[in-house]
Amino acid sequence: MALLEIRKATRRFGHFVAVREVSLEIEAGEFFTLLGPSGCGKTTLLRLIAGFDTPDEGRILLDGCDITLTPPERRPVHTIFQSYALFPHMTVADNVAFPLRMARVAHGEIRVRVAQALREVQLAGMGERLPQELSGGQKQRVAIARALIDRPRVLLLDEPLAALDLKLREQMQLELITLQRLVGITFVYVTHDQGEALALSHRIGVMNAGRIVQLGAPDAVYEFPQTRFVADFIGTCNLLEGTVRRQTGARLTLEVSGLGELAASARTPVQVGERGVLAVRPEKVRIAAQIVPAPGEVHLQGVIHDQLYLGDVTVYKVELAGGRLLEALLPNSAAGVVKFFEVGDHVDLAWRAEAALFLHD
Amino acid sequence: MARRAALYAAALVAYAFLYVPLVIVVLFSFSASHLGTRWAGFTLHWYRVLLHDAAMLHAAWNSVIIALAASLAATVFGTLAALATRKYRLRFLPVLVLAPLSTPDILQGVSLLVFFVLLNVTLGLKSVMLAHISFCIAYVAIVVSSRLAGMDPSLVEAARDLGASPWKGFWLITLPLLAPGIMAGGLLAFTMSIDDFVITFFTAGAGTTTLPLRIYTMIKVAVTPEVNAVSTLLMASTLVLVLSISKLAPQALKGMG
Ligand SMILES: Nc1ncnc2c1ncn2[C@@H]1O[C@H](COP(=O)(O)OP(=O)(O)OP(=O)(O)O)[C@@H](O)[C@H]1O
Ligand SMILES: [Mg+2]
Repeated sequence: MALLEIRKATRRFGHFVAVREVSLEIEAGEFFTLLGPSGCGKTTLLRLIAGFDTPDEGRILLDGCDITLTPPERRPVHTIFQSYALFPHMTVADNVAFPLRMARVAHGEIRVRVAQALREVQLAGMGERLPQELSGGQKQRVAIARALIDRPRVLLLDEPLAALDLKLREQMQLELITLQRLVGITFVYVTHDQGEALALSHRIGVMNAGRIVQLGAPDAVYEFPQTRFVADFIGTCNLLEGTVRRQTGARLTLEVSGLGELAASARTPVQVGERGVLAVRPEKVRIAAQIVPAPGEVHLQGVIHDQLYLGDVTVYKVELAGGRLLEALLPNSAAGVVKFFEVGDHVDLAWRAEAALFLHD
Repeated sequence: MARRAALYAAALVAYAFLYVPLVIVVLFSFSASHLGTRWAGFTLHWYRVLLHDAAMLHAAWNSVIIALAASLAATVFGTLAALATRKYRLRFLPVLVLAPLSTPDILQGVSLLVFFVLLNVTLGLKSVMLAHISFCIAYVAIVVSSRLAGMDPSLVEAARDLGASPWKGFWLITLPLLAPGIMAGGLLAFTMSIDDFVITFFTAGAGTTTLPLRIYTMIKVAVTPEVNAVSTLLMASTLVLVLSISKLAPQALKGMG
């Protein structure tokens, strides 16, 4: 049985549906991430789990018990807020002790456990400080220590790293992974940063307009997006619109206007004559001055239109026949070579048919 | 450069206009002359006279009692009003709570008088207290509201999330964080009450007098140095209160009418 189960939860604000029939099962010990663009309902869904809000329809179960109407203080679920929500009039130690005080744990034990918790987040000796005397990263750690001190079953994190600068964010990501493995508590993590979602999670639920549109392991979601939205939202993806002409098993032939027939693969049932997009990731596209296509490879020609030097890789925008642009990625791995192509160079492009997914519109 | 000089000069004139009259009152309260508007050497005589003026002391006592009762009651109700406005987010609620701030005193005074007469309330200390409570609530509500607006709503949610009941959340988080605002609101209500003239004038009835009423009665006869002395004391205590308010809730005094 899943630890946390959401059954067809819907939350409306007036006529606006913020969360629409979301069903979700999250296992004990899982690092689950809700990923989606701003306003898609991630925070609203998290608030339903925390108990700050109740769904208009649907149920929420924890360990098989219906907690849909249980007030937040009686759910073994804690939240890390984006603003950290540290109590400004209490010291760090009193903040961390708060859940234990509410649970009427004995004073002596509180002192021991708070000291222990502060050590665990590398804040030993800072217990007497006030929150406003801490840096952003330290506040974050206090919030984590406070939320984990009474070992909740589920920890909800609403964009906890959004306020930190890039370096600190990367460091905190690693710390979060380590911490989650260590304590084994289920994390439900909200972010609109796809890189963060891919790096941290066991599983990702991609949300759009109040729905979960795809659910799966990071690599599955990245490699095999099921919709155009997911392909576009996670990473960058070349999308070529076309019509299905022929189908043999999982292999399709797609008619793309201006480019002729291209091979693609499908992971869902497809009908001949159906319109959709061919999705291929830039790093799956081979680019070279001359390519002899291997069997099963799609082969195209184009002209370098633009290039974006990013240090480790260079992104080339290649203009295809009919003026369409396609992105290809080349790692700058050769020593001593800075540039492979110039704008205006004629290049060959190729990719394996399996790398090109057909997605329904 | 010239522009700046002109600016300073203009500011000087403006502040002089505001404060020179007050300075004159303070100055003449120490003047040995019998006329309240002439200087004739330094003396503390008028303060001694004040100390022995039974009617004046009685009026002051009334004022303090009224201001204490009004500010205490208004602090409670005003805080509750601020909390309710925040919680229920009804558009008309803030208007209802804050309208007295922009209603002319004379209108409030007259309407309260009519109201008390209709209800057969005997005019006196109690009716003045009720009247003061009614206009002080708005002052407390506006100060506490501004403090509330600056408070991160996720703090109370965090408290609930971490195991606090709604009551505990209020007691341990909301109230301590609002405390400076509540104190400032109470002090503001106190100053508003203690120097109110118009509303008090209408609701006090014949037998009851307060400090501002008493001062008014005295200057109807003549501006005596004793009036200057009592005004100076009133001013000093108001100043202390206002300074404490600005210390407690710096944002509270901004945007105040
Ligand atoms: N209390 C509310 N009243 C009315 N509308 C609301 C309320 N809370 C959220 N919404 C609306 O619901 C939608 C989803 O909001 P939500 O905060 O869940 O988005 P989100 O996915 O967390 O976005 P972000 O990444 O920007 O935080 C938004 O369009 C928002 O305007
Ligand atoms: Mg959000």
